[in-house]
Formats: sequence, C-alpha cells, structure tokens
Amino acid sequence: MAAITYLEAIRQGIWEEMERDPDVFCLGEDIGVYGGAFKITQGMLDRFGEERIVDTPIAESAIVGAAIGASFLGMRPIAEMQFSDFITCGFDQIVNFAAKTRYRWNAPAPLVVRAPSGGGIHGGPYHSQNPEAWFVRVPGLKVVEPATAYDAKGLIKSAIRDNDPVIFFEHKKLYRSIKGEVPETDYTVPLGKARVHREGRDMTVITYGAMVYVAAEAAEVLEREDGLSIEIIDLRTLLPIDEEAILASVKKCSKAIVLHEDTLTGGVGGEISARINEKAFEYLDGPVLRIAAPDTPVPFSPPLEEAFLPNKDKLIAKARWLAAY
Amino acid sequence: MAAVRPAEVEAEVGLRLEEIARRGHYFMALQREVEDRIERKLYRQGKILGGVYVGRGQEAICVGAGLVADADDWLYPCHRDLGLYLIRGVSPAEIFAQYMGRVGGLTRGREGNMHMGDLKRKIVAIISAMAASVPVAAGTAMGLKFRRSPNIVFNFFGDGATSRGDWHEGINLAAVQKAPLVLICNNNMYAYSTPIEKQMACKDVADRAPGYGIPGEVVDGNDVFAVYHAVKRAADHARAGRGPYLVECKTFRMTGHSAHDGGDYVPEHMWAEWETKDPVRRAERALLENGWATLDQIQSTLANIKREADEALEWAEASPYPDPSSLTLDVYEGSR
Repeated sequence: MAAITYLEAIRQGIWEEMERDPDVFCLGEDIGVYGGAFKITQGMLDRFGEERIVDTPIAESAIVGAAIGASFLGMRPIAEMQFSDFITCGFDQIVNFAAKTRYRWNAPAPLVVRAPSGGGIHGGPYHSQNPEAWFVRVPGLKVVEPATAYDAKGLIKSAIRDNDPVIFFEHKKLYRSIKGEVPETDYTVPLGKARVHREGRDMTVITYGAMVYVAAEAAEVLEREDGLSIEIIDLRTLLPIDEEAILASVKKCSKAIVLHEDTLTGGVGGEISARINEKAFEYLDGPVLRIAAPDTPVPFSPPLEEAFLPNKDKLIAKARWLAAY
Repeated sequence: MAAVRPAEVEAEVGLRLEEIARRGHYFMALQREVEDRIERKLYRQGKILGGVYVGRGQEAICVGAGLVADADDWLYPCHRDLGLYLIRGVSPAEIFAQYMGRVGGLTRGREGNMHMGDLKRKIVAIISAMAASVPVAAGTAMGLKFRRSPNIVFNFFGDGATSRGDWHEGINLAAVQKAPLVLICNNNMYAYSTPIEKQMACKDVADRAPGYGIPGEVVDGNDVFAVYHAVKRAADHARAGRGPYLVECKTFRMTGHSAHDGGDYVPEHMWAEWETKDPVRRAERALLENGWATLDQIQSTLANIKREADEALEWAEASPYPDPSSLTLDVYEGSR
C-alpha cells in the first residue's frame, strides 16, 4: 500500500469507478483539458474522452439538472461544483428535483454532487464555506464528508454506487495536507457509518472533515497536560447520521462536545446535541457543548479567518470547562 | 404567425393528415373530457383538493407534439400537457386517481395533479418551479447522445417558464452539447395573471433561440396539423444530431390559471375570440370538411369518450387512499 493524498484518493476512486462502469461520467466546469480547479480529474479526459469528462458552461443549476436527467437513463453522473460555495446556484435542482424524485414518483436519481468546501485557505466569503447543514435537513439526500485518504476513496466509490443522490463534501485544506495508506485494490467504505478516530474514556468529541485533526491535536494536549482521555468520533456521513455510534460513545464517556467548522446556528451540532439529550440524557455528566465558527460570513484577512475558525485552543478551553463540570 | 395549413404540408413525411386529424381529435377530445370532469365537476364537488391546472384550449400542442414522439423517446410534460400521458397509454382512471390522491394514481398519493411521471413510459414528472425540467431534459438528451441512442427528448413549458434562469442554462448547455432536445413552448400569453408584455421585452419566445445558436419557429398552437409538422421538423433536426430546436406554439388558456381562478384579469373580448379557435372543434371541422369522418362518427367518438371517462372515474373513486403507514417508504432505496 502506498501513502497518497486525500486528493489523489478521491481521484483514484473516481478513476476506478469509471473504469469499472461505463455509465459513470463526470460533468462540471473546467474539469476536462484543465483537469479541474483542484486537479481531481487530471488526465481523465485523455483516458475517457469528452463524453465522459464533460466540460460545461458556468451554470451550476444546469450541471446538477443534467446529472439528474442522465441518471434517469441509468447513468451514474458525478457533478462537480468548482467550490461548494457555488452549490447555491444548483440548490433547487438538488433539494427539489433530485432529493424528492424517488419519493414522488419512484424515479431514483443516483448521482453524486462533489463539492470542495471549507476554510483555512484564505479564500474569503465565497471560497471557504461549509454549506453541509443546508442539505442535512433535506430528506432524500445523503451527505458525506471524509476526513482521511482511505475514507475519501472508499466513500466516493460508495457514493457513486449508491442509488440515491449524494452530496460529497471534500475539505479543500485536506486535499494536499494529509496522506494515508490506501489499498490499490477495490474497496468501499459504507455510507452512514461513523468511525472512531481515537479511542478514549473521559469525553467524546463528535466531529468530521478537517476538524477531526483539530480534535486530535487537542486530544494530545489534554492527555499530556490534564490526563484526560478523549474519544474522537469521525462521522464521515452526516445524512443519514450514525446515531448508534454517537450514542455508544456518549454512553461510554458521559461527556460530549460537538465540533464543526460550519457556523453555529442551525449547524449539524444542534441536531446531534438534541439527539444525545433525547436518547442518552441519563448517561450525561454535563451539558452537551458545541464548538463551531461564529455566525458571520467567512472573512478573508488571515487574523480574521483565524479568529473565525474553530481551533485546538478553543476546543481545549471548552474541554477543560466540561471536564471540571 | 407561420400557421401551416394541411394543403401546404401534404407532401411532408410523417403521419398522413387524415391520421393526424383522427388521432389528434381523439386525444384532444379525451383530454378535454377528462379535464372538464376534473376542473368543473370533481373539484367543485370537493373531491379534489389542491391545485387543478388544465390545458383547455391548448390541447393541440401536447397532442400534436405527442403524435410525433416515438414510443421510446423521452417526454418532459408541463402542467397543461395531459394529452401526452394519454398518448403514452396512461389511463384516465390512473389520472383521476392521481388527482384524488388515491393509490391507483401514478404517484400512489405522493403527489397531486399534473405532478406525475412514469419511468417505464419515459415520462418525467415536473416539479413546481417552472423551467426546472429544462436542464434535466438536457441531461437526458446528452445521455441519449453519449449512448448513441436513436431516441430524443421532448421538453414542454409555458411562456412564463422562459423567464427563469434554468430555462436559459438548460438550453445553452443542450445547444453546446448538440443534445437531441425538442423544446416546445405553449405561449398562452399569461403566466398565472401576468401578461406576456410584463414577462419579456422581445416579441416572441422564439426570438430567444438565435441567442443560443439554435433554430426557433412560431406556429399556430391551436392547429394540431401545424403543431405536428413544426414539431416533426424539430424532431428530425434533433434526431439527425443537429441539436436542440425551439417551437413556440401561440395559444390561449381558455380558463383560469387554476380551478380557483376565474381569470378576471383577461380582457372580455379574448375569451370570445379564442373560443372560435378551439382546437378540438377545429379538428372536427377538418375531419368533416375533408370527408375523413361524418358527424355521426364524430358524435360516436365523443360518446365513447364520455363512457370511457365514466368508467375511469368509477374505478378511481373505488381506489383506496394510501395507508398512513406508507408515509416513510421510498425516501431512500429500501426506506421503511
């Protein structure tokens, strides 16, 4: 097994699925000759041709809509949003067309919308957002966000093979910053299943995407300086959420923090906190806390963006408060 | 308006004029009968809740176009195109059941009115946002092209839909891809209550076609022969790999936007003027004047349609409502 980047893992996953199934194809802006803004589809045009790597006009609604229309033929389209910030332009097609078509008239729409998301790259308000919460409350969609290279490849394959529409968030900061051992043989990671990133006894941190690494850094410090044993749950899929894994960890540790890079109000953290309160209240030794970005747009200037993003120190401070509760 | 008269198109290929007249008349009259019952009986009796949108006065558009489509072509109807469903073999019974929210309807009570589709019959259900189906239809057309299929896509919408971004994005993408997409606009001059001059500053919807590098033409949408032949030209163009083609059918909605709407905003004289252009009556005149049918034969067709509708309605009213336990099925594959 070779260690490859998160980006390369996604690329391999798509490539292998395209080799395996002639119905899989990609469409999006600048994905052909240019290989995509982040080079996920680099080299694919030469291998698969322009009918399977389709360069489109700048028209996100048309990109998602066309993916839906092709999926009705039994094809497996992968629609790329150049940045997840532009997914708003395809919102109606995703939430009103794709998400509801199986329920309304028994017409599945097996498509994947890939959406590079997340901050920490000084991208400013329109190249840094984490819009997953908009989609997590749409019945009929699945929402995925891998944190590791292994999961990135295994989850993109599952998303492509899934018979329902999947929104696949890829954290941009992880693209080239992390590497992991990834099998060269075919494997998948199931949708809807969380993963224990780090085992612990005293407190659960429930998170996903790039925040998994923030949690891991904080956990090291808390272990070393406070003797606290932190368990980290990497959700991997946000819809459907792996409630079983969340509750199992909370029941074991009795204290929980939900951490996400998305803004606080209406974020995924509120939903997770509510479920813990409803289903594991008797096991809790303190309030379920949320750590998230403040309710502002994502700012551009480095000191502002640093203040915006959740980080190790913010998590350590809240964890200490909760530990003392 | 380039109304094409039967005599001028006799030489063109496709269905014979007599066949267009006979089949066109049957399906238009059937649509009229089914929709009359829905809008003017069942809705008023309180047997249908929610919206009721009919194609009264514009039946020649979906029927004329529907007669062009091959059985394996894909249809993306709009909410006034019931004739397409009838041509594809959806029974009036299934349609009544759909409107009344019964399990016998095409969507088993999940959806109401014209929000119905059937993958087996290659009919895709609309969503309420106008023109949302244009990019989706473009994607189906692209897929057919990528698969070297001989089939094409027929996409229907009203004049109001042409104001939305989806309409423009979808047509532009299909044009760039030279996807086999036939675009059929029913321009009935009103988007709900808003007249066409408040929707667009160009004269015709077809004026927009050159902006996307595709052909566009205007036809008399109340003339089933004209619609058939224009759509046939468009379909031949698309099937030959030359890309999308826009047919704008000028017509008038001879009723309100929905069953609750009396259409008071329409100038009085327009109702009378368009009554004389009723497409069902025009097809009947064509049948008589050309000696393709006698008055008795036409009356017998209409009587059969009434009987067909009676039986269908009886079946639909006997169809049960969906069980509340089915509420959570099919949100995802295998949902319980």
